[in-house]
Amino acid sequence: MLIRLLRLHLRPYRTWLAAVVVLQLVGVVAMLYLPSLNADIIDDGIAAGDTGFIVRTGTIMLGVSVLQILSSVAAVWFGARTAMGFGRDVRAAVFHQVGGFSAREVQQFGAPSLITRSTNDVQQVQMLVLMACTIAVSSPILMVGGVVMALREDVGLGWILAVVVPALFVSVGFVVSRMVPSFRLMQTRIDEVNRVLREQITGIRVVRAFVREPYERERFATANAELTDVSVRAGRWMATMFPLVMLVVNVASVSVLWFGAQRVDSGQMQVGALTAFLSYLMQILMSVMMATFLLMQVPRSAVCGDRIMAVLDTDSSVAPPTDPVPADPARRGWLDLDGVVFSYPGAESPVLCDVSFSARPGQTVALIGSTGSGKSTLVNLVPRLFDVTDGTVAVGGTDVRRLDQDVLWDQLGLVPQKAYLFTGTIASNLRHGKPGATDDELWAALRTAQATDFVASLTQGLEAPVAQGGTNFSGGQRQRLAIARALVRRPDIYLFDDSFSALDLATDARLRAALRPTTRDATVVIVAQRVSTIIDADLILVIEGGRVVGRGTHDELLSTCETYRQIVTSQQAVEVAA
Amino acid sequence: MSEQAPRDKSAALAATERIEAPAGGPGRGPMGGGMVGQKAMTFVPSARRLAARMRPERAKALLVVTLGVVSVALMSVGPRILGRATDLIFSGLVGRQFPAGTPASELPDAVRGQDVVPGQGVDLGAVGEVLLVVLGLYLVASLLGWLQGFVLNAVVQNTVYRMRGEVEDKINRLPLNYFDRSPRGELLSRVTNDIDNVSQTLQQTMSQLLTSLMTVIAVLAMMVWISPLLALVALVSVPVSLLVTRAIMKRSQGQFVAQWRRTGQLNAQIEESFSGHALVKVFGRQGEVERAFAEENDELYRVSFGAQFVSGLIMPAMMFIGNLNYVVIAVIGGLRVANGSLSLGEVQAFVQYTRQFTQPLTTVASMMNLLQSGVASAERVFELLDADEEPVGVAPTARPAARRGEVAFEDVSFRYLADVPLIDGLSLVARPGQTVAIVGPTGAGKTTLVNLVMRFYDIDAGRITLDGVSISDMPRSALRGQIGMVLQDTWLFAGTIRDNIAYGRPGASEDDIMQAARATFVDRFVHSLPEGYDTLIDEDGSNLSAGERQLVTIARAFLTDPALLILDEATSSVDTRTELLLQQAMAALRSDRTSFVIAHRLSTIRDADLILVMQDGRIVEQGTHDSLLAAPGAYAALYESQFAAAVA
Repeated sequence: MLIRLLRLHLRPYRTWLAAVVVLQLVGVVAMLYLPSLNADIIDDGIAAGDTGFIVRTGTIMLGVSVLQILSSVAAVWFGARTAMGFGRDVRAAVFHQVGGFSAREVQQFGAPSLITRSTNDVQQVQMLVLMACTIAVSSPILMVGGVVMALREDVGLGWILAVVVPALFVSVGFVVSRMVPSFRLMQTRIDEVNRVLREQITGIRVVRAFVREPYERERFATANAELTDVSVRAGRWMATMFPLVMLVVNVASVSVLWFGAQRVDSGQMQVGALTAFLSYLMQILMSVMMATFLLMQVPRSAVCGDRIMAVLDTDSSVAPPTDPVPADPARRGWLDLDGVVFSYPGAESPVLCDVSFSARPGQTVALIGSTGSGKSTLVNLVPRLFDVTDGTVAVGGTDVRRLDQDVLWDQLGLVPQKAYLFTGTIASNLRHGKPGATDDELWAALRTAQATDFVASLTQGLEAPVAQGGTNFSGGQRQRLAIARALVRRPDIYLFDDSFSALDLATDARLRAALRPTTRDATVVIVAQRVSTIIDADLILVIEGGRVVGRGTHDELLSTCETYRQIVTSQQAVEVAA
Repeated sequence: MSEQAPRDKSAALAATERIEAPAGGPGRGPMGGGMVGQKAMTFVPSARRLAARMRPERAKALLVVTLGVVSVALMSVGPRILGRATDLIFSGLVGRQFPAGTPASELPDAVRGQDVVPGQGVDLGAVGEVLLVVLGLYLVASLLGWLQGFVLNAVVQNTVYRMRGEVEDKINRLPLNYFDRSPRGELLSRVTNDIDNVSQTLQQTMSQLLTSLMTVIAVLAMMVWISPLLALVALVSVPVSLLVTRAIMKRSQGQFVAQWRRTGQLNAQIEESFSGHALVKVFGRQGEVERAFAEENDELYRVSFGAQFVSGLIMPAMMFIGNLNYVVIAVIGGLRVANGSLSLGEVQAFVQYTRQFTQPLTTVASMMNLLQSGVASAERVFELLDADEEPVGVAPTARPAARRGEVAFEDVSFRYLADVPLIDGLSLVARPGQTVAIVGPTGAGKTTLVNLVMRFYDIDAGRITLDGVSISDMPRSALRGQIGMVLQDTWLFAGTIRDNIAYGRPGASEDDIMQAARATFVDRFVHSLPEGYDTLIDEDGSNLSAGERQLVTIARAFLTDPALLILDEATSSVDTRTELLLQQAMAALRSDRTSFVIAHRLSTIRDADLILVMQDGRIVEQGTHDSLLAAPGAYAALYESQFAAAVA
């Protein structure tokens, strides 16, 4: 998965990656050349007492160092460009993909998870790419180069490399293989501790009200102890790593000197070569170590890569039509549901079963039923937030699945159950539906939505800031703004999904009275809890367990539908009493 | 900064929600921004305080230092002795070139003064001895280093463990207004991100910092020992390295801040468009949103490239300085050997030391960044730990003699803000078994009233008694243990439905739980769930509807069998038929209990024994439904408006 992600999104950066490789190669070669020059100083300069040679070679070394830093800096430049560009592209791809999702996919992943995937996860993989551009590229070059140079100095000692390098690989690999599961476990335990804390803080009132502090303390202590446990374990392996590596490195240098001494003694090797060999050995071992550190990062990034690919590989269950049918102007505002069935994949019972109704401009269809009866789902089928499992939903006489999505959405004004507002101003939120709306239009919509009083009372009026989600307004105010937002659009079909619940009855009544003239030429679908909200509807559907159990006007239903009567009784107690 | 946050309840709550959202994103983001401003001012005291946290581990810490010093010292002596071996080899090599008996004066300068025995080759025995010593040194050094790592690991983990525990205890001791006052996301970030960051910092920096610093000192000592001149040359690289690192870090710090700020902004944007996903689509704003995203995304790319590039320069720069050093040492050392004032082995050792010298310097330099961020986090945790706690005073021990559930307010006054009066001279009595309903507009102080009964806040004047005993004389736990509470905000924890109900009473039997579930209609919907009572409620509770969540919280309160029941808008999120069922269940629950019911639907409180109409923190009317309706007042007007609306 990670590989696929990398291959896919690193492709545009091939040239830059190639540049990184070349530059790293130059840098590494330069770095490897230095000990060799140093060996020359020793063998040809010192031994011969040629100070001029020492200074000359020193100058060359200086030049090589400059070359080395230049190529390294350039490599960092290209590497950072590539890694950050990669991150940007993947973020954009995920964002775009989610944009195309239907509500089903969003629900399936969960919005918080999608957010994490498009930010933190991308960041992790991006870090891997960055590290790869520096370490993964340079360390094999350094290793191979080191081996070559070392052998050039003396082939006879080559067998030490053949022993030490694999030994280091194996020992570091062993420690890393022990460390990775611990780290993974540690991450879950950190999440656990954080979850407990999060719950305690969000539920502080409940915790205190039920005097469960001791229990919470214990719950936390367990999570904390478990986390510490695994952290200690991971930390021990980590503590083992460095001394182990140092030991291997040091034993290697001692053996180089020992066996080198014999070769020098027998005249097969020069002392300078021995010193250089030692330096190369160090560099080789360093590169092995760096490579293993990179490998440590891989499992974590792989998890993130998987999570990203899962998003990118998920197709929206609501695909735009391949050959959209144009809207039929003669049937503007028609809404027809025919035998609609909706079920979640794998679910036993459908959420909606055989729901049919038709509405024409000027009509109001109301849906009523208990919490979880499927009313909201029904409303969400119209703008294709979900697609029906069976049956059809037609807007303007055309199956919504055959309409261009923009054409479809253009005809709809949705006020969702959760009145969500976007960061910005009141005006910018209201203009979401109709970007070019004038202030007068906005005020008109606010008037209908019974929101004039509180908006006018804000010092900045229409330009008053709105926090994310609209949380700086009360629930009732949010709902009224969300209604106004839909009104600004002047759509053919209004969908009110339980949009009056946070309003007190008086405001609710005034709002509906004001809506009537505004929506005279439009089709209105209202989901409601309160009978008073829908008492005047042309058609009321009583939904129970995803089925229509009653259909008619208020008066008809009172005599024909038991469920409806129950609902009415539950609410009208107050009216009757008065 | 939280101290300056508005203490006004609604403002504080609004602030809470507003800031909460972005906190879901990458934790480091907002924090990264915060730490920069603070670090210069308080880095040292905070770092000292963080170090002081390890005091309970003193003995171990001392052991760590000792082990570290010995290990590093041994490790540092290594190259010096290895240099001896090189000298022996070199001497042997030179010695071989001259016939035995050559006078010392004819030997080249470079080897004069060394144990060159003309005519004799490499003294492999001596070399072997030296190497064995070195091998032994390295073995012991590694072993000690390993031990040091083990002990240090324990020190760090214990310290972090204790710190987390302290934060947990602190949370339990903080007064409720602290939570109202500080934005929730901010607080969460402190107890999660910041502690994690401290833990990571300690884990990553402590061992490295310790060994690096000791290595620098030890290596420097060795270098001075070998050749003061060369040591001086090598030493020049220290200030140069520091200056270069600082210069780079100064620039990269700014870039990093920009990067985290941009990340935060992008995160907020993503969060917003994903949370409002349906609306973005239906209002046809997808294109516009993607454009805005692309712009922000590009901006992030630009600054993060800058940050990575600039900070990525540290390594090459340090390497370059190291190389320069290497070159200078090689040349000067070579010249010194040539004129006989240094041995070749010493130069070789020196070269090795130079390498060892610059490497820990680079490490320390690159750790400063991490350390700064860790200390900034520690500071934020300390701020939390330093916050004022719920006053304890003398532990109150009074308990009511009998459990009847009589609540009395006697001339109670309370205000959140010293200069904004909220509740003033309030008196009321709720007789055992009575249902007291509280109605009134938002902000009238209804919830405040029950908060006072729970002692979430302490009153400024007057007295509240439960069964004749002032609640301030009772232990909070004893008081709250008698009260069952159902709030508008349906808090459930991530666990099974069964566990969530059982939360009300530890050790409740399965039968009790089932009974509570049946009485509160939880049983009905639980049966339609595939996992039944074992259904896991996920963190955002999205697998239960708002109504169902509320039912679970009602079952939870039911199970506690309290003397006093508080229902704060408990039925506002269930549909009316469910509400009706709930009303029945709660009527049974209320029958022999005193209850306080806050409601905005007047229909739900018609049967209350006492209705309090609150306005601006005052009770403007009280009486029964009928008596209040008879007198044309606030209640009648409120009722009229609801009724008028209902028939409109």
